[in-house]
Amino acid sequence: MEFRYLPMTERDKQEMLDTIGVKDSEELFKDIPEKVRFKGELDIKPPANEFELTKELTRLAETNVNLKSHTSFLGAGVYDHYIPSIVDHVISRSEFYTAYTPYQPEISQGELQAIFEFQTMISELTGMDVANSSMYDGGTALAEAVNLSAGSTKKKKVIVSRAVHPESRAVIQSYANGPGVEIVEIDHKEGITDLEALASELDENTAGVVIQYPNFFGQIEPLAEVRELLDTQKKAMMIVSSNPLALGYLTPPGEFGADIVVGDAQVFGIPAQFGGPHCGYFATTKKLMRKVPGRLVGQTKDEQGRRGFVLTLQAREQHIRRDKATSNICSNQALNALASSVAMSSLGKQGVKKMAWTNIQKTAYMKKALEGNGLSVTYQGPFFNELVVNLGTDIQKTTKRLLEKGFIGGYDLSTDYEELSGHMLIAVTEVRSKEEIDKFAQELGDLHE
Amino acid sequence: MSNQDFPLIFEHSQESRTGFSLPEMDVPEVDLTEMLDDRYIRKNEADLPEVSELQIMRHYTGLSTRNHGVDSGFYPLGSCTMKYNPKMNEDVARLTGFSHIHPHQPVETVQGALELMYDLQTTLAEITGMHTVTLQPAAGAHGEWTGLMMIRAYHEANGDYGRTKVIVPDSAHGTNPASATVAGFDAVTVKSDERGLVDLEDLKRVVGEDTAALMLTNPNTLGLFEEHILEMAAIIHEAGGKLYYDGANLNAILGYARPGDMGFDVVHLNLHKTFTGPHGGGGPGSGPVGVTEEFAAYLPKPVLTKKEDHYVFDYDRPKSIGRVKPYYGNFGINVRAYTYIRTMGAEGLKKVSEHAVLNANYMMRRLEQEYELPFTQHCKHEFVLSGKRQKKLGVRTLDIAKRLLDFGYHPPTIYFPLNVEEALMVEPTETESKETLDAFIDAMIQISNEAKENPEIVQEAPHTTVVSRMDETTAARKPILRYNKD
Repeated sequence: MEFRYLPMTERDKQEMLDTIGVKDSEELFKDIPEKVRFKGELDIKPPANEFELTKELTRLAETNVNLKSHTSFLGAGVYDHYIPSIVDHVISRSEFYTAYTPYQPEISQGELQAIFEFQTMISELTGMDVANSSMYDGGTALAEAVNLSAGSTKKKKVIVSRAVHPESRAVIQSYANGPGVEIVEIDHKEGITDLEALASELDENTAGVVIQYPNFFGQIEPLAEVRELLDTQKKAMMIVSSNPLALGYLTPPGEFGADIVVGDAQVFGIPAQFGGPHCGYFATTKKLMRKVPGRLVGQTKDEQGRRGFVLTLQAREQHIRRDKATSNICSNQALNALASSVAMSSLGKQGVKKMAWTNIQKTAYMKKALEGNGLSVTYQGPFFNELVVNLGTDIQKTTKRLLEKGFIGGYDLSTDYEELSGHMLIAVTEVRSKEEIDKFAQELGDLHE
Repeated sequence: MSNQDFPLIFEHSQESRTGFSLPEMDVPEVDLTEMLDDRYIRKNEADLPEVSELQIMRHYTGLSTRNHGVDSGFYPLGSCTMKYNPKMNEDVARLTGFSHIHPHQPVETVQGALELMYDLQTTLAEITGMHTVTLQPAAGAHGEWTGLMMIRAYHEANGDYGRTKVIVPDSAHGTNPASATVAGFDAVTVKSDERGLVDLEDLKRVVGEDTAALMLTNPNTLGLFEEHILEMAAIIHEAGGKLYYDGANLNAILGYARPGDMGFDVVHLNLHKTFTGPHGGGGPGSGPVGVTEEFAAYLPKPVLTKKEDHYVFDYDRPKSIGRVKPYYGNFGINVRAYTYIRTMGAEGLKKVSEHAVLNANYMMRRLEQEYELPFTQHCKHEFVLSGKRQKKLGVRTLDIAKRLLDFGYHPPTIYFPLNVEEALMVEPTETESKETLDAFIDAMIQISNEAKENPEIVQEAPHTTVVSRMDETTAARKPILRYNKD
């Protein structure tokens, strides 16, 4: 069998064995004790040629219903958005995708500068002083923020709204089990965080409060009022998880005095790809800059005074501080941060605002269309691009019927919220047309009757 | 910005220039101020660049030319396995049915994706000799933490709350002790002996009833196989601890040995290293974790299982450590790794390790003529040199690394592992030709000669890169972490 990724010829091999001074390559593996040597052949599928394997995997891929074959109103943290063609062309430049962490700045200025620009764009959108080079995803970024608040304030209790993404809350809990941070969940009321519950839970042991803006139900949380409450416990940190696209139109959490803002930049240029890889971001204040997890790129000068960029404040990181590091994160989502940077550059100042605004407008239209079809939208507060609708039916059955009509339906809220059985979370982004919205609302109306 | 600086994207920006083409706003417009309190409508616009599409493309193309990747040239960065990233993998990962599927679609609509994931899980279990594999962790360090949380849950389920310590060798990756801390353990160091292997006597000294686990990379970060692995496993297991395998160096032993057969209980892999998921300039990676049967109950939720011919996610896992990531892992990277494994098969994967080890030994034997080799036995896929001799001439390892840039190479990993003075850690991988290795060796020999005859040329390197050495001290002292217009 020939292997196109392996250039060693028999002649190369012989010359190398001679130089090393061994008879065959087996001698180089003699340090593996006989008892642990693997004797047989691995029981895995045989090697496949490029043509056959491409054919096979293409067919496998084609068996999946996808966001192009069907019209999707599914969101719940992962969104179907316009991705400019240019994004994939840039990230397909192999100087970017075949490089690793830019530890050698002289030959990594491209990556370093791209990250510096990403950090700037995220700072701008969130209204925060600094942003890091990326995290795995929005959920783990949020969990790191929770642990940072506990570590930094030396307090153990973190209050998390139930209107935060359920999977993010699950990740928060797993991460909190490490250092033993106590997670207290507070309920929502009419689709927004119950501020009375927050007020009663907030005390001198509180390290932080986690709010999602817009929240899991698409509702815009009243951050100004959350801030007022937090002002009664000055040490407690305000941690906000935000869809960064929404911040093109909404007042950024930074302007409400947030201490940490995290989220996922998947909305900018990254396809859903079954949930990953996406691109977590982590933004914070100057005060917390030296406690940030992950990599940071800073601007500096070279010996000739030329502007350049380097990885900086590395004394926070695992490869320097080992067990005293602020986090164990090493690899992040650099290539996806690049994709998001390209998408954000394409949109620019006007485009990001227009796209966010269009999301709200189309969702507002969906609300009317649903109501026009006799359906009741559960929460009446201000929203971004998602709505909760009460269908009063088994959502899984409804979803099946919708599939037959060419739709990927919304999220079944009964999965995570007992009180919301029969409720569907519907996402409407700028890529959904009036016609698609009309048809979908009509289908739901018909199924409801 | 001075005229010799490469402009930032923000410096190309001109008011009202656009680079987007949004879908039509085809619904009747409503007045949002009626819905939304004025306090929540953004007044200071996010100052994103206003640039045309060509400006963006030129900007990033320009940046890419200021970046070195595996496709640009040799990248022998030790411990990172910078092998060729097959182009076919990129195409497969971009197939619409893989790239445009939503994680919350009903499982019956994504059976193809689940089949691939399940087959990858099973294949990785076979390669590592483990019982079950989860694909959920996003990267190696994330896998380490996931594995340690499982070990913690296991001990606690046995009422064993006193196991607070995780032992890591002095040569270990920094992520090992960092992950131990994040998982709520204290990291304890075990020393290496004069042969570069874990000192068994020191291991016996540090192990005890407070030992939760030993984390080990095998071959270790010096590229040496821990020959006493079975004795080490016995020492740890007899004390009631568990053995954790850091898969960073799996590229050395594919088809030759399996962590499961060495006595490891929990294993993570770096699919972006051994299995060609590209490194992406620092990610995304993928860090699957494999476990023995006794740990299967603790795997993160949900667990992908097969019921007859149907794939489903099992959420009913009362002993699970919970979710470690939203959704199901870095699927896009897993698709690339799967495509690679299917291309190679058992025969190809074994050849990968054979060639990787041959390449490393060949380079090591040729370079030990000029550079100090602290550990002289055969290596596996990588080896560590010391720049001690050159240091005496006033040329540091950092200088050697910078001089290599002038030859068009990415330097080896430097100053790691920490237990070797002036370390240079070289990992050629199997995808490099002998000609490339020879040319690199020649460059290293030339640099060694320069250190003797003309040290300035090394000390002042690089001479040919787009920027010279950076003032990293000022960068850390007065951090500038974002662009400001004025």
